[in-house]
Amino acid sequence: MGLEEKLPSGFLLTTVEQAAGWVRKSSVFPATFGLACCAIEMMTTGAGRYDLARFGMEVFRGSPRQADLMIVAGRVSQKMAPVLRQVYDQMPNPKWVISMGVCASSGGMFNNYAIVQGVDHIVPVDIYLPGCPPRPEMLMDAILKLHRKIQDTKLGVNQEQAAREAEEAALKALPLIEMKGLLR
Amino acid sequence: MTTSPASPRETTEGAVYTVTGGDWDEVAARAVTSDDERIIVNMGPQHPSTHGVLRLILEIDGETVTEARCGIGYLHTGIEKNLEYRTWTQGTTFVTRMDYLTPFFNETAYCLAVEKLLGITDQVPDRATLIRVMLMELNRLSSHLVCIATGGMELGATTIMIYGFRDRELILDIYELITGLRMNHAYIRPGGLAQDLPPGAVDQVRAFVKKMRKNLPEYDKLATGNPVFKGRMEGIGYLDLAGCLATGATGPILRSAGLPHDLRKTQPYCGYETYDFEVPTADTCDAYGRFLIRLEEMRQSLRIVEQCLDRLEPGPVMVEDKKIAWPAQLALGPDGLGNSLDHIKKIMGTSMEALIHHFKLVTEGFRVPPGQAYSAVESPKGELGVHAVSDGGTRPYRVHFRDPSFTNLQAMAAMCEGGQVADVIVAVASIDPVMGGVDR
Amino acid sequence: MSDPKNPERDQGNHNGNVPVQRDDTGEVIGTRRGMFGANNGGDTSGYGGLVRTVRLPGAAQRPYGGPRGDEGGYGEFDEIADELEGALEEQGLVPGNVISKTVVDRGELTFHIEREYLPAVARILRDDPALRFELCLGVSGAHFPGTPSDTTNAGRELHAVYHLRSLTHNRLIRLEVSAPDADPHVPSIVSVYPTNDWHERETYDFFGIVFDGHPALTRIMMPDDWQGFPQRKDYPLGGIPVEYKGAQIPAPDQRRSYS
Repeated sequence: MGLEEKLPSGFLLTTVEQAAGWVRKSSVFPATFGLACCAIEMMTTGAGRYDLARFGMEVFRGSPRQADLMIVAGRVSQKMAPVLRQVYDQMPNPKWVISMGVCASSGGMFNNYAIVQGVDHIVPVDIYLPGCPPRPEMLMDAILKLHRKIQDTKLGVNQEQAAREAEEAALKALPLIEMKGLLR
Repeated sequence: MTTSPASPRETTEGAVYTVTGGDWDEVAARAVTSDDERIIVNMGPQHPSTHGVLRLILEIDGETVTEARCGIGYLHTGIEKNLEYRTWTQGTTFVTRMDYLTPFFNETAYCLAVEKLLGITDQVPDRATLIRVMLMELNRLSSHLVCIATGGMELGATTIMIYGFRDRELILDIYELITGLRMNHAYIRPGGLAQDLPPGAVDQVRAFVKKMRKNLPEYDKLATGNPVFKGRMEGIGYLDLAGCLATGATGPILRSAGLPHDLRKTQPYCGYETYDFEVPTADTCDAYGRFLIRLEEMRQSLRIVEQCLDRLEPGPVMVEDKKIAWPAQLALGPDGLGNSLDHIKKIMGTSMEALIHHFKLVTEGFRVPPGQAYSAVESPKGELGVHAVSDGGTRPYRVHFRDPSFTNLQAMAAMCEGGQVADVIVAVASIDPVMGGVDR
Repeated sequence: MSDPKNPERDQGNHNGNVPVQRDDTGEVIGTRRGMFGANNGGDTSGYGGLVRTVRLPGAAQRPYGGPRGDEGGYGEFDEIADELEGALEEQGLVPGNVISKTVVDRGELTFHIEREYLPAVARILRDDPALRFELCLGVSGAHFPGTPSDTTNAGRELHAVYHLRSLTHNRLIRLEVSAPDADPHVPSIVSVYPTNDWHERETYDFFGIVFDGHPALTRIMMPDDWQGFPQRKDYPLGGIPVEYKGAQIPAPDQRRSYS
């Protein structure tokens, strides 16, 4: 990014991290990426009763170049997938993605030829939000969780280390089919 | 420019082919050398004012649209195919997600078709039909509210959007109380309803009608006489009666051309012939007329809702035929809505046959005699038709939805060509296409 | 709503509305065998011997009846059929060659039209003052494929179904056209009903029915480079297996099902 990426690890970097995280999380600009039913709930979240303005995010940007959060709200079809990736590529770093609703997260009930079975096939996803469609409260909860994640974002060498750790953890993680859940 | 469409280029990794669209290069080359002002603007599929993932391809000469075309299919979900792999009852869960702003219309149209195939149209209990009508009319309100709200937002009038979503929330609260969900309900089932109205629902609907009667004039005050609003809407998106019939447009678009065609009056279903309401029309054929029609339809819907409330009497909400009606008594459990524990205890403990029957009905579903049926309802956008084909199995053989948004959107070219770019937005908003319904 | 052409079938049904033949009348479109979808041998369910013949409602006999009918069973459907046959004769066509079958079922009238006559019939239905079906409600496809062992439906696998509504007379009818899989061509009626433009493109996209004479028959829903016609019966649903913790369930079209 900028100068902060060049800082040496240590006290200075963590302070800058905290300051940058606080600034970034306090004014997240979402891009409008409404697709289906979830888009209506996303608009509801921005309107009167739920009032996303309380978190400094009521301005949905029409242009991806001015946005840093993409809320993929709804089912992503095979025809829409390249468009979605292009919009994501046009957003400047740092950027985050919320996969809103079960269709965007995993394909949901539309397990068929037309729908991409999870938007994480196309773009990296930070928050998966289940529900069909999720209530506005759930979307706000997801946004608050994302805020926490942004606040804790590492920079520079710390970021590289965090990425390495995340990769190692992902490699070691058990595949879903080998996991033993509550029902087994 | 002169390279062939796929020219090889040697790299250390081997030959790399860069494929470029062959004839498009020629098109682009010709566009560069021509000296007119015409440009082609591609709006969408991701654009804040195209009402969803609609792609508009506009050929523009200065500010004038000389040619307009739609690109659709960006939300194609394959719901019609998915239906063929689920039982007839499970189908409601899918169809409710087609046009996600009018879930009750999708469910009712589908259920009417299934009931016609089964031959049980006359056996659906009165209470179930009444509740269907009430929910459909509430749904008409909420759909028109979103149309006016998002239409206003696309014009830059955010106040009207806040108003619309404020009132829509009141209706969603009623949905949530009755069906448990704000959207995508699957509450109307073949043969009746999933369950009866919960306690307190009637009072809440009455309170809503009272409140909505107070809120509706605010739209008049804000928009109807507003010179800026009128200036943007009047004479825009013009489509006369001949154009409507040629393009197959129904609903407010057809009524704005002066023809009072409303399936609730001409081909009544669900007992609409017994309700007292009027079909508003306009003779302006434009976006402003459609706005006024939507406002008036909301008033008429409130009247119908009130009549439903007055007529509600206790009774069953599912057909008596135990071969079709699920022997379910839903109750709220710790893990959500499900069969009530008392009922499970009863069928598990006292009647083996009931248990087997329940199991068969839920896993296999009922069989529908072979044949085809068409049923249509007047959705807020126009005629919503369902063509259902059965081969005698427990799953639909083919279900096709004739969605009004899909058909009405064809009129976009006729409405926009020759107008200004900014008016395209107004015209599309006055069609009120919902891409979930267009693409299914 | 009772079935006027076959009143004895009304007996035993308190609704007076027998939906369809349960006996051996009607048009056979296929047979279903076994249960739980075990078609590839190895059926251990014990239901492998089940055979169910699928019969769609067959051709109706005069009088067709219909709403606002009189005592003799003569109703609105007969009026429509008479007018249509008369108008066809005026144009020098033999109604028997054009209309292969007339079906009355569940209170709905269906004309099965030979495909080459479809535009002529559509034009008559739209323009004849006594018919005046101004509004076309689009076209819907249906695919009834056979199997190598079951060729009862050969030569008419693909169906295009049109619904026409008359605002003047407040009526609704259905036209059905069939085409074989090997030659999936049906004439376009966009010149008569411009509203069918997108509907025919959609049906082409999903079923591969080529509407001859359509101004621009291209895919509309699927991407332009898509292979195959997704809503045909022989096109798989295309789902993927769903993984859970410690378990995996196959896609909906791969699961056991009741046939």
